[in-house]
Amino acid sequence: MSYEQLLTDTALSDERFIVMTAENRALIRNLPPLLGQRFIDTGITEQTMIGAATGLALRGRIPVVHALTSFLTMRAFEFIRTDIGIPALPVKLSGFIPGFLSDANGPTHQAIEDIALMRGIPNMEVLAPADEDDLLQMLPLVWHSESPAYVRINNRKGDYKHGPFVPGKAEVIGEGSDITLLTYGLLFEQCMTAAKILSAEGLSTGVINMRSLKPADEQAIVTAAGNSRLLVTVEDHLLTGGLYSIVAETLLKHRTTADVVPFALRERWFRPALLPDVLQHEGFTGKQIAEQLLGYRVSCAANSVASNAFEE
Amino acid sequence: MNLSFKQLEDIALRVRAHVINMTAGGGCFIGASLSITDVLVYLYTSFLDIRPDTVTDTDRDYFFLSKGHDVPALYGVLAELDFIGRERLQHHLSTDDNIYWHPNATIPGIEFHSGSLGHLPSVAIGVAMDIKILGKENKVICILGDGELNEGTCWEAMLVAGAYRLDNLLFIIDRNQFQANAATEELIPLEPLGDKFQAFGAAVKRVDGHDFSAVASALDTWPFEKGKPGVLIADTIRGKGLPSIEQRADRWFCSFKEQEIAELLQELKGTRISTITSETLVVR
Repeated sequence: MSYEQLLTDTALSDERFIVMTAENRALIRNLPPLLGQRFIDTGITEQTMIGAATGLALRGRIPVVHALTSFLTMRAFEFIRTDIGIPALPVKLSGFIPGFLSDANGPTHQAIEDIALMRGIPNMEVLAPADEDDLLQMLPLVWHSESPAYVRINNRKGDYKHGPFVPGKAEVIGEGSDITLLTYGLLFEQCMTAAKILSAEGLSTGVINMRSLKPADEQAIVTAAGNSRLLVTVEDHLLTGGLYSIVAETLLKHRTTADVVPFALRERWFRPALLPDVLQHEGFTGKQIAEQLLGYRVSCAANSVASNAFEE
Repeated sequence: MNLSFKQLEDIALRVRAHVINMTAGGGCFIGASLSITDVLVYLYTSFLDIRPDTVTDTDRDYFFLSKGHDVPALYGVLAELDFIGRERLQHHLSTDDNIYWHPNATIPGIEFHSGSLGHLPSVAIGVAMDIKILGKENKVICILGDGELNEGTCWEAMLVAGAYRLDNLLFIIDRNQFQANAATEELIPLEPLGDKFQAFGAAVKRVDGHDFSAVASALDTWPFEKGKPGVLIADTIRGKGLPSIEQRADRWFCSFKEQEIAELLQELKGTRISTITSETLVVR
């Protein structure tokens, strides 16, 4: 099963679904002949696509819209906020190449504030899958919910078999009395590597795959803060408004605190390059994360990172 | 409704009186409301297939007021045609209701909210697309201000409407020659406007937006052209009906005192020219 197959099956079995794109067809190349008029490409017009999706939703349709995330969430932000957000219409936003997944495209294409922007819109659900398996677990529920939703698309293959997606719930993978790594998206893979290294160095380490950033699993965060000596947030997003902020807001809301080390981008864009080189340069490989936390180098081989198979 | 032009004029006069009354206690965008009044009266009485009992029917015509700030005229029309009670207009700007400076979709007859310019052309496109997919005949009408045409998304939407051959979609331009603070042709010139829309793939007509007979002649030929979205440029006068504020850039948003409103209502009937002194509020 792939994103495209799941969307095809969903749309063919339910007439309400309309597949839209602002001329980004990387994930939906085979859909036009299958869906006929229910496939709508508005050209390079993210704002008009969102407006048209709004009109279709007013008629009872469920539009699933596609664009590169930076242009979807930023160029069309006001349309998303004003046209989809105010009436809370069930338009489903599929944002492609978020965060580090924009590889060598450069800062124009780096969506590293998308979580902050989308979770600021009332009623908007925000999802960030760790890999293709995680993505496919959540999409049927996301697409059939009555809320608008933003999915930070990540369809990279992973070797972890995820549990079923429960709306608003994180996936807790191991409890660590020393360290809990909280993460989302493609950095899940690196956190699993980091956890393995940290455990081998004698630290009890757990990983939490947040999956849903809005609603966020507050209980999972508070429990981890109570059980671990250190929380570490790992995200390919600006420090402002992402998971680090969510953790801070959650702890304050529950009148507790914790030692938290954030791995995020601080007031800058990242160096454009192919994905494995980006991770290495920015210090986000599992090995680098582990070493940073340990305060010393470890001798294990660096984990290999598959290149991003994105085409545009 | 089969109404004579005289009857339409009477309704329009009452709608303008509602607009003038809404300038009390906080004010409203009077200039643009008065320029679009006649077009709105014609649409709701003689063109749109929508009535108070069909506002949620799937087969209704869809009407979108994209420029938004002229909504007092629409409230007036909705009240005169019994979509809402006339007494509800007294709630203008009250926190007990949703009648404020821009449209709110909870009010019967208001299809969608607006206020941010250049949004509803694309929303109207989405509705028109769905109607096409289903092979239905509903009309979709969207009114834009001429100043609103500064927004690039209006033109982006025109391209897409043309590409998708949405001949069930009509954009009406309230061509009152003014944007918020200035004459359009002095700030960002729009003419030749009809040529621009034509070049974007629309079938275009242009009429005097205060002449019911001219508006009727143009809309009697709907749809304008098979396979093309329609554009009707309605040449109008900002502040139409009140000579003391007509075509004045400084009478865009007004809050009037009771005495001034009384004078303006007399001026509307043609019995005097008022001597308004209240300053225009600067809201942008």
